Amino acid sequence: MAESDQFTHAELDLPTGKISYLQGGNGPSLICLHHSWGNPGVLELHEKLATEFTVLIPDMPGWGGSERPLWARTVRDIAILVSHFANHVTDSAYHLVGFGFGGYVAAEIASMSESTLGSLVLVGAVGIQPREGEIMDQMMYSHRQYIEESFRDRDSYVSHFGEEPPQEMRELWDHSREMTARVSWKPYMFNRRLVELLKNVSVQTSLIWGEHDKVAPIDVAEQYRDALRNSQIHIVNNAGHVVEIEASGEVQDLIVAHCGAQLNQVSHGG
Amino acid sequence: MFVGYFTERPYQDQSSGYFGATGRSITDLTMSNSSYDPKLGADLYNRYLDEKIFAEEMGFDGLMLNEHHSTPFCMGGVMNLEAAILARITQRAKIVLLGNILPIWDDPLFLAEELAEIDMISRGRLVTGWVRGTGRESVAHNAAAPYNWERFQEAHDFIIKAWTQPGPYRWEGDHYHFRYVNPWARPFQDPHPPIWIPGVMSRNTVAWAAKHRYPYVMLATELEPTRESYEYYTEVAKEEGYETGTQHRGYLFKVHVDENEKLADEVGRKFVQGPSNPFLEGNQGTVRPFIQNLPGLTQRNNLLPTMRSFAAAASRGRAAQHKEEAAKEGKKVEPPKPDKPRDTYIDQTEKYSIISGTPDTVIPRVRHVLETLRPGSIFFWDGDGAMSHDDSMRSLRLMGSEVIPAVREMAKELDLKGPFEVDPQTNKPIENGDDTAASEESKDAS
Repeated sequence: MAESDQFTHAELDLPTGKISYLQGGNGPSLICLHHSWGNPGVLELHEKLATEFTVLIPDMPGWGGSERPLWARTVRDIAILVSHFANHVTDSAYHLVGFGFGGYVAAEIASMSESTLGSLVLVGAVGIQPREGEIMDQMMYSHRQYIEESFRDRDSYVSHFGEEPPQEMRELWDHSREMTARVSWKPYMFNRRLVELLKNVSVQTSLIWGEHDKVAPIDVAEQYRDALRNSQIHIVNNAGHVVEIEASGEVQDLIVAHCGAQLNQVSHGG
Repeated sequence: MFVGYFTERPYQDQSSGYFGATGRSITDLTMSNSSYDPKLGADLYNRYLDEKIFAEEMGFDGLMLNEHHSTPFCMGGVMNLEAAILARITQRAKIVLLGNILPIWDDPLFLAEELAEIDMISRGRLVTGWVRGTGRESVAHNAAAPYNWERFQEAHDFIIKAWTQPGPYRWEGDHYHFRYVNPWARPFQDPHPPIWIPGVMSRNTVAWAAKHRYPYVMLATELEPTRESYEYYTEVAKEEGYETGTQHRGYLFKVHVDENEKLADEVGRKFVQGPSNPFLEGNQGTVRPFIQNLPGLTQRNNLLPTMRSFAAAASRGRAAQHKEEAAKEGKKVEPPKPDKPRDTYIDQTEKYSIISGTPDTVIPRVRHVLETLRPGSIFFWDGDGAMSHDDSMRSLRLMGSEVIPAVREMAKELDLKGPFEVDPQTNKPIENGDDTAASEESKDAS
């Protein structure tokens, strides 16, 4: 897991297994949940957010350096474990930001325990079946192809990972894909019950989507907006599914603006 | 020695544009079934059944079927149906299923019932074999790849119990749940049909088969890695406290026999033609590696020596890994050239992957295989690729009249006893287990 001067590596031992995470910055807690392909370490976006928040970046249970819960079968199992992690590493309500698959986990957490959340940000989240089209099925691509498709175009992918991603990164993707398959093989990347459950959720939610997201169709964002009564969609131009990489500055501004607006409520025990 | 006959039952559509060595190659799991012609399918299914009947008449001990899904190279998507038909229309030969893909069954009770019915209809001629399947099968039937091995083992345990423990009872496993297990069909054979395990690359499966004392049938793998894989089986057996014998070893290999060498060469080349088959070296079409290597399907680092072969690795979508491993060892890998079938055909004949010739040239080459591997069961893989019905029938006739009798003599000389002569579970001789008698009876009939 890549570290930076601002971030330190830590581990939380839970009876269900060790959870590895990065922590950096100061301020209210903000937890970032990674894509299905694992935690790439500290991104530019995380560094920027750490100027305003205490940023926590766990390897979700089963991914990266966190122990694999072999009994886990659903995304909801992962969401429960992540919420246990959050309860241990935060003192009060926390902001929750999920990217792609991490957004799916975040939405599941919101459906179960919104009282612990200061705000919610779903970035290119999956978890809801699109009414038209499909969530791009990574099982039908090589992990390299799939991640390339997560960028707005090939040039953008190459500028980030190079022509050939390093061995360490490919191993992370391979390892991550197995865990993804363990909990979301079928139905692939959605839970039909989630939309219904989210109708009772009122946490302030920002839905950030890349204009060229080929993984999670915009209809998914629209269904989240319709289900979550206090939500709005922000489209980021010239970005794909990995909008936080391709437009980190704009995403940072959106997250800070959204979560910052809730700070008052959080500091008052919201 | 147990001698079986096998073909993948390819969907041979001359008009498809995908047929033959110069046809368009097929990329795995990309070809729409909109071009499927059920009338042609009807002809082919009946042809392959007819060939099985003839194989029995020619003295084969076993008629082997296999199963793949959503692909034109194998029409055995519902192998158990073919087996049920063979159970009724054949008389003597074992019906060898290598094998049912356990992890893709969501209801293994249904499978236990089907196999028991086949065993009864055939009056105890079923040999049941179970496999984990390739990525293609996991995708086609949407079985979660990471649980493939767990489901394989649990389905196995469930079926054995369903066959051997009187019901009703509950089954609450990790992957299967039944509130009433009491199948009203039990196998004809007591306690159940023999179980053989076919495979290509997984050490886990070999070790598991050895622990259960199930014969392990290597599927058209190259000779030396196959021998080494058998040794691994033997090592595990020793740890389990028993000695292995030829009864624990099976081998499938490509054999075609014809009336003269020219014809044998011409028809032998058809192995690498026809609809693309990743398991027919040189005829691979385009395998999509990520489908064959679905996450969690097999352990990335627990493979048999058979994966040293580029063709075997490529058929399982591991060509890139194969090259990387070879590079680490300072070896240069030259993959076969699919656009030059002559090259790959010759290459395969040289390394005994394909044996094609007249009886005079085939018999010594088969002997080499038997001496090298010492299997108790062999299967001749023939009638495949672009081979016609006539090609298959000529070969079967010559196998029956010359090759099989010679193989039986060799087996006696080399002391190669099959699993119906020596019980793999006990290593004790089986009474009336000499398959020669059956062969003689068949020869008289022909």
